[in-house]
Amino acid sequence: MNFQSALFYFFAAILLFAGLRVITARNPVHAALYLVLAFFSAAGLWMLLEAEFLAIVLVLVYVGAVMVLFLFVVMMLDINPDQLRQNFWRYLPVALPVALLIGVEMVLILGSRYFAATPPPTPLPAGYSNTKALGEVLYTQYVYAFEVAAVILLVAIVAAIALTMRRRKDSKYVDPARQVRVRKEDRLRVLKMKVSRYGDELHDHAHDGSQPGGDAASSSQER
Amino acid sequence: MTGLGEIWSAAWPAVQALLYIILILVPLVLSVAYLTYAERKIIGYMQVRLGPNRVGYKGLLQPIADVVKLLMKEVIIPSGASRGLFILGPVLAIAPALAAWAVIPFAHGWVLANIDAGLLYVLAVTSIGVYGVVIAGWASNSKYAFLGALRSAAQIVSYEIAMGFALVGVLMAAQSLNLSQIVEGQAGGFWHWYVWPLFPLFLVYLVSGVAETNRAPFDVAEGESEIVAGFHVEYSGMAFAVFFLAEYANMILISALTTLMFLGGWLSPFPLLPDGMLWWLLKVAFVLFLFLWFRATFPRYRYDQIMRLGWKVFIPITLVWILVVGLVMQTPYAYLVH
Repeated sequence: MNFQSALFYFFAAILLFAGLRVITARNPVHAALYLVLAFFSAAGLWMLLEAEFLAIVLVLVYVGAVMVLFLFVVMMLDINPDQLRQNFWRYLPVALPVALLIGVEMVLILGSRYFAATPPPTPLPAGYSNTKALGEVLYTQYVYAFEVAAVILLVAIVAAIALTMRRRKDSKYVDPARQVRVRKEDRLRVLKMKVSRYGDELHDHAHDGSQPGGDAASSSQER
Repeated sequence: MTGLGEIWSAAWPAVQALLYIILILVPLVLSVAYLTYAERKIIGYMQVRLGPNRVGYKGLLQPIADVVKLLMKEVIIPSGASRGLFILGPVLAIAPALAAWAVIPFAHGWVLANIDAGLLYVLAVTSIGVYGVVIAGWASNSKYAFLGALRSAAQIVSYEIAMGFALVGVLMAAQSLNLSQIVEGQAGGFWHWYVWPLFPLFLVYLVSGVAETNRAPFDVAEGESEIVAGFHVEYSGMAFAVFFLAEYANMILISALTTLMFLGGWLSPFPLLPDGMLWWLLKVAFVLFLFLWFRATFPRYRYDQIMRLGWKVFIPITLVWILVVGLVMQTPYAYLVH
């Protein structure tokens, strides 16, 4: 057993363990975190197959973005683990055939000659860039399929936003564009007021401190 | 003896890699420590204070004193916390911040792993950093920590998109995902740096970098005046210090990446002067100074304004500029963006 196959069994063992824990963990947050671990180990396996682009994108998209939002939702749900288990026996008659069907399908596919264990890929030369090769194929040979997939995703985004957008009439949200457009003249009015007579008198007193009666005026100024 | 020699020759690459890792990480951790000192000093002078000046000459031993203090303190685990995840939180925060340094080139050929998909690797590894914050916030079983974690998760995921798009512009200009080749593509004086043709992307990247590292004015995940200290409110001692370390290591990482992708990395600004690591260090220090300057200058953003800036301002800017770069590359003026 060389180093690479040791790594393969290492990642594969972690992947199987994490996958098992995803469905057996009592706490949904723990289950989601085990799913993150499963993605990570899968990325490691892909890296061993010299598919470094796919491996990195798996980490970038699924671990870095999708699972964060997943955790975000799961963390905010108030789930009682015991309640989830109550109807286990009631749903079992439905779940068992489905599980069996999935198992049989997997055996059929993995056992067929198209999916039989292939010999490990021959090591590619050092200068070979998997990313570049994928990019070239994606934007030349499969450009229409790629664009169609992109349009479908765009439609899904627009539909999701349209379905969930609710505009409350009474909510007082701020419109930044209007905030930016506000000028000083719209909000502030500088008034020119006449100076009152009482103030004038005080002003006069404050200035004649040289006279003997000016003590009261100077002390009021100190105050 | 021959058996030992064989084992040694087989293990040598691993030992060598370990030595290189130590050579990268030790200066990194030291610079993290002195970045905290620089931050306190610089912001101190900006606010007409002296900053730390008691421990050692001009306070130079202050970071060491802080580390010793935090090491001696007890790590308290709240009774309602999820124990395993509570410990895992800081580990997941610091690990990506350090792992990303594997592909950072310091000078010509000075890189631990010169891989072709280096830029993608950095993006993928830094995107894991958010788990540290999210797990810490959830595992603490505290309302403030949880609010901080939710804010941080939404903010980091949002700004990652703008950041990724800004990098698309860079890889279009460099026509490579390899960080060393991206730097080599900017050779020939400061007017060849990508900061000029990709200026809007540079600004978006820099500001998104501040938001990604949860620094002021985007520090709503901590928000001392709103949610006490956010996601790490329950952490104490070394567990808290690790979060602190991760934040500053991430700052240095973002500065290093900005330098490599927009400011010519280790290349000298004038063709007459020799290239070298010193230029890289100077540029990184400059970008780090910007981080500190922002913190001393801007008040904290309101949360909805942060989301609006990320989604409605930065992402459209990057998309438009990618289109502009793509169109220019089809014209005879393509040399402008190369």
